[in-house]
Amino acid sequence: MHTETLGSIFLNSLLINNFVLSAFLGICPFLGVSNKLDTASRMGMAVTFVMFVSSMCAYGVNVLLLWIEAPYLQLISYIVIIASAVQLVEMFIKKFSPALFRALGIFLPLITTNCAILGLALFQTAKGYNFVESLVYAIGAGAGFTLAIVLMAGIREELELTSVPGIIKGTAIVLIIAGILSMTFMGFAGLA
Amino acid sequence: MSNSAHNTPAAARAASTIPDLVNEKGGMDDFLKGLWKENPVFVQVLGMCPVLAVTNTVTNSFVMGVATTFVLVMSAIMVSATRSFIPKQVRIATYILIIATFVTVADYAIKAVSLSAHRSLGAFISLIVVNCIILGRAEAFSSRNGIKDSVMDALGMGIGFTFAILMLGVIRESLGSGSLAGIPIFGSNYEPWVIMVLPGGAFFVLGFLLLGINAMNTRRSGVKN
Repeated sequence: MHTETLGSIFLNSLLINNFVLSAFLGICPFLGVSNKLDTASRMGMAVTFVMFVSSMCAYGVNVLLLWIEAPYLQLISYIVIIASAVQLVEMFIKKFSPALFRALGIFLPLITTNCAILGLALFQTAKGYNFVESLVYAIGAGAGFTLAIVLMAGIREELELTSVPGIIKGTAIVLIIAGILSMTFMGFAGLA
Repeated sequence: MSNSAHNTPAAARAASTIPDLVNEKGGMDDFLKGLWKENPVFVQVLGMCPVLAVTNTVTNSFVMGVATTFVLVMSAIMVSATRSFIPKQVRIATYILIIATFVTVADYAIKAVSLSAHRSLGAFISLIVVNCIILGRAEAFSSRNGIKDSVMDALGMGIGFTFAILMLGVIRESLGSGSLAGIPIFGSNYEPWVIMVLPGGAFFVLGFLLLGINAMNTRRSGVKN
């Protein structure tokens, strides 16, 4: 079905087809939580972690759905899995690392509605990745999301010190910066 | 009787505020506010992923807009009809299940009607589930209002979303490939701005549209003062 090595899957999801900047997944947190470097990197960590767990679960459920021949339940079961994975991860972190739990705060539950997670589950199924490939894909996508949101947060922190014209403040300038970042990332297409 | 909620953009985003019941006109106002005053894309800045991802052609934008409107209206009916016997603690999970069901219906319907449209939209039809406009309206409006008002509200938001997404689609396709819905409009000498159909162009077009709207609002409030 496909002939990618694990390395190329990782590079592909990290840089070439970056989830945020070229597949437009997870734009809401990218615009919403990118005003501070500190919170942005935590958000990235949380997303990567949930991606890893839900990718694992989604793979298992997909095998099950194919076995009982009910592919029309795919979307509904994925969204339920992601919601429960987020809940599970939250409980787990709260129990074993209260410090990390406090650091992530409100971001954990919000990840449920992050389309990057559902997108990842749908893409790995569509591309027919096996278990190991799915996990590598999840880590690459998570790292790519973190990279994009941290870059954006760094730029926005600098931006606060400059005088930006009133009418372009807010979402408008963030989108235009994202456009420039996205053009830069197009350069990575040469790696393919 | 026909009280309708008026939510600020921020309130709709948080999706957890109590509506202030100031509007007594009902129906028509619920419908009209979604078109411009509370346009989900330009004013509330919700549901950005499909807005950026599928607007490279007018056809894609249109299919996406219609599919989202369908899911919005159908889930508004369901949420509003079941609002009195869904326990408060599990309401969000219920809304997500309702939305996911209608998205599956829309997904299979598009596949049956046009396989090429389904292929070019790809995973983004399924991703309507996590479009925050739908969950936001379910929580902020349909769970508190009757079926008729909810349908009007959902229809207004859906058409407002379709209008915004079509606007981006028209700009991006006409500049990026020199055509509209596949029909060339600028003649054969036109050199397309390839960047417009690439991911970067999506961010630029939406950024400049928001800039224009900001400029317009600033000027209008300047005249008033």
